[in-house]
Amino acid sequence: MSQHQPTAAKGGALRAPLFFLIMAGLIMIEGMTSGWNGALGILNMGLISAILALGVNMQWGYAGLFNTGVVGFIALGGLAPVLIAMPPTPGAFAAGGWQILIGLLIAVGSLVLTVWLNGRLKGKTRALGVIAVLVAGFFLYRAVFDPAVEAVQSINPSALGYLGGLGLPTLFAWPVGALLAAGAAWVIGKTALGLRSDYLAIATLGIGEIIVSVLRNEEWLARGVLNVNGIPRPWPVPYEIALQESPAFVERMAALGVDPVTGSTVLVKLLYTGLFVIVLALLLIAAQLALNSPWGRMMRAIRDNEISAAAMGKNVTRRHLQIFVIGSAVIGLAGAMMISLDGQMTPSSYNPLRYTFLIWVMVIVGGSGNNWGSVLGGVLIWYLWIKAEVWGPDLMSLITDQLADGAVKRHLVDSAAHMRLIVMGLVLILVLRFSPRGLLPER
Amino acid sequence: MDFLNAIVAILNYVVVPATAYGAQLALGALGVTLIYGILRFSNFAHGDTMAFGTAMTILVTWGLQKLGLHFGPLPTALIALPFGIAITAALVLATDRAVYAYYRKVRAAPVILVMVSVGVMFVMNGVTRFVIGVDEIQFADGARFVISAKGFREATGLAEPLAIRTTQVLTVVLAALVVWALFWFLNKTRTGKSMRAFSDNEDLALLSGINPNHVVAVTWIIAAALATTAGVLYGLDKSFKAFNYFQLLLPIFASAIVGGLGNPLGAIAGGFIIAYSEVAVTYAWKKVATYAIPGFEAEGLMQLLSTEYKFAVSFAILIIVLLFKPTGLFKGKAV
Repeated sequence: MSQHQPTAAKGGALRAPLFFLIMAGLIMIEGMTSGWNGALGILNMGLISAILALGVNMQWGYAGLFNTGVVGFIALGGLAPVLIAMPPTPGAFAAGGWQILIGLLIAVGSLVLTVWLNGRLKGKTRALGVIAVLVAGFFLYRAVFDPAVEAVQSINPSALGYLGGLGLPTLFAWPVGALLAAGAAWVIGKTALGLRSDYLAIATLGIGEIIVSVLRNEEWLARGVLNVNGIPRPWPVPYEIALQESPAFVERMAALGVDPVTGSTVLVKLLYTGLFVIVLALLLIAAQLALNSPWGRMMRAIRDNEISAAAMGKNVTRRHLQIFVIGSAVIGLAGAMMISLDGQMTPSSYNPLRYTFLIWVMVIVGGSGNNWGSVLGGVLIWYLWIKAEVWGPDLMSLITDQLADGAVKRHLVDSAAHMRLIVMGLVLILVLRFSPRGLLPER
Repeated sequence: MDFLNAIVAILNYVVVPATAYGAQLALGALGVTLIYGILRFSNFAHGDTMAFGTAMTILVTWGLQKLGLHFGPLPTALIALPFGIAITAALVLATDRAVYAYYRKVRAAPVILVMVSVGVMFVMNGVTRFVIGVDEIQFADGARFVISAKGFREATGLAEPLAIRTTQVLTVVLAALVVWALFWFLNKTRTGKSMRAFSDNEDLALLSGINPNHVVAVTWIIAAALATTAGVLYGLDKSFKAFNYFQLLLPIFASAIVGGLGNPLGAIAGGFIIAYSEVAVTYAWKKVATYAIPGFEAEGLMQLLSTEYKFAVSFAILIIVLLFKPTGLFKGKAV
C-alpha cells in the first residue's frame, strides 16, 4: 500500500532482473544437484503459484480487497478439467443426469424468485411469500435431486459413479475454470462488498470452506473423496509411456546420450513449463497494460483513498466487484491448470493453509501491487516451501545432535514438519512490519 | 406416549447438544466481539488462540493426572484451566507487544491488522501442532453422564433415551458464570466502564484520561480467558484436534456478526442462533416425525442437509444477515 511517498528501492532498475536471475540460479542449482526432473517439477508448480499470486495481487495490490477463500476458487477452477475433459460416463445422463440439472435449476430458480419477490412485496406478505417460496423450492429440489443422484452414483461405483465430463480438450477447461470461479466471486462480492472491509474476508473464508466441502461430498459431481484419476493432459503434452515406446524418441535420446526414461519425464515437464510460461506471459502483459491504463490509475486511486475517489464520481463498490471477479477468474484459471498438471482431482488435498495463506505470503513477500513481484514471490516462496520440507528435519537433527536419544528428541525431529507453518507466519508478520512493500516494491 | 417420545428425542438429539455447542460458540464470539470493539479488527487468530489455550490446558491436565490429582466427578481439566488461561494470556500479551502495538501506533487500516492476525494465526497454529501434535486427543475424565441413556429409560419407561453428559452440563454452567462475571466486570468496575467508553468513542475516552494501553492489555487478557475456556469446553465435549479449531472460526465469526460485531449481548444470542440452526438443519428428523405424527411413514432420513455441510448453515445465516441487516440483530458497530 502506498500511503506515503515511496522511496526508491535499492538497486533501482536492476533490482527486478537481479532477483529473477537469483531465482533462475536457484532452480539451476536444484537441477544440477538433485536432477532436472525435480527442478522442473518445482518450477512448474512455481509458475502456477505465480499465476495464483497474480490473481490475488489484483484483488489486494490493486484494490486492497482481502480474499481469505483463495482455496475455494482454486478448487472450483480445478473442477473444470473434470467436467470438460473427462469422458462422459455412459448412461449417466439417461439415468439421472438431466434430472440433477433440472433439480439444480429448480434450486436456482427458487432463489431468483425469492430475490424478485423480496423486491416486489411489502410488509407481512413479503416475509410470508419469501419463506413460502424458499421452503417449497427446497422440498421440490430435494424431491427431484435426491433420486437422480442415487441413480447416477450407482453406475459402476468403484470406478465411475459420477456424471463424467464432456470429453472435450483439456485446454478448453482452463477458461471454463476461470468462468466458474468468476461466477462464485460475483455472488460473494455482490453480498459482502460495500460493507466493512473485514466482512469480505469473513465471507470469503466461508465460501472457501463450503466449495471444498461440496467437492468432497458430492460424489455425482467429481466422485468426492474417491478422487478422479487420469484427467487427460492438455495439448501438446504426450504421455511418458508413449514416448518411451516410440522408436524415434528412443533413438534421439540415445543420440543425446540420455536415458529414455529420464528424457521422457523431463520432456513432458518442459512442455508443461512452456504452456504455463505462455499463459503467465499473456496474463502478465494484460495485467501490466491494465495497471498502467487510466483504469489502473483509477483502481489505485480508489485503494489509496476511497472517499476522495467516490467524490470524483467513481462507483467504488462496483469497481471493487469488478476487480474481485477478475482476480478470482485468474485464480480459477490457475486452479484448472494445476489439476491438468497433476492429472487427478483430490478434493481432500485442498487445505486452506497451503492454498490460501501460502499464496498470500507469496503476494506480500513479492511486493503487493507489483505484478512482477507476484511472479517472483510465487516461484520463490514455492521453492522455499518445498525445500523447507527437506531442510526442516535436517536442521532439527543438527540442532538436536547433542541431545540424548529419547522421547524429547524424537518429538522434536518429528514435529519439524510443522516448522513450515511457523516460518511462513513469521515471514508474513516480519515482511508486513519491516518491509511492507515487499521484494519488488510498487512504483 | 409417542408424543413424549418425540419430545425426548428432540431434547436428546437437538436441544441438549445445541445448547452446549451454542454456549461454546457464544464464549468464542464474545472474545472476537470484544477484540473487535476495543481494537477494531476481526481477529483471525482467535480459533488458534482457542487451540493453543486448550493444548496448554491439556498439558497441565496430563501433569496433574500423573501426580494423581483428580477433581472427583468433574474433569481434571477444570483445575488445569486457570493455568492454561495464564499461559495463553501471557502469549497474547507478548504477541500484542511484539506485533499489534506497532500498527495501533501508526493507525494502520483495519484490513492490515486482519492480515497481520492471519500471520499470527499461522504461528500459533504451528506452535500448537509442534507442542501437542495433530492427532485427536480425548482428555475428559471424571463422571461421564449426569443422566445416562439406560438410567433414563428405566426411570421413565419411555422408548427414547435421554443422555446428558457431564461436559454438557459443565459447559452451560461454566459459560453462564463466565458471562455473568464478564457483564459484571464491564458494567460495574472502573476498568470495565473505561473499556466500554473506549469501544464507544475512542477519542472521547482518551480525552477523559483513560489509559489506552491498560484497556488494550485487559481486553487481551479477557479475550485469552474466553478463548481458552471456550476451547477447553469444546474439547471436553467433543475432542481436541488443532484443525477443528481453525474451522470453528467461521461459526464464531458468524455468531459475532449475526449478533452485531462489538456487542457482547449480541455475541451470546448469535452463538445460540448459529448452534441451534446448525444442529436442527443437519439432524435427521425421521424419528421425531414418526413419533409425532401417528401413522406417518417417512421415506428418507428427513435430514435437510448432511452433517458435512454444517458450516454452510453458519455461512448462509451470515450471508442473510449481511444482505438484510449488516449491523447485526442487536445494534453492532459500524457497517
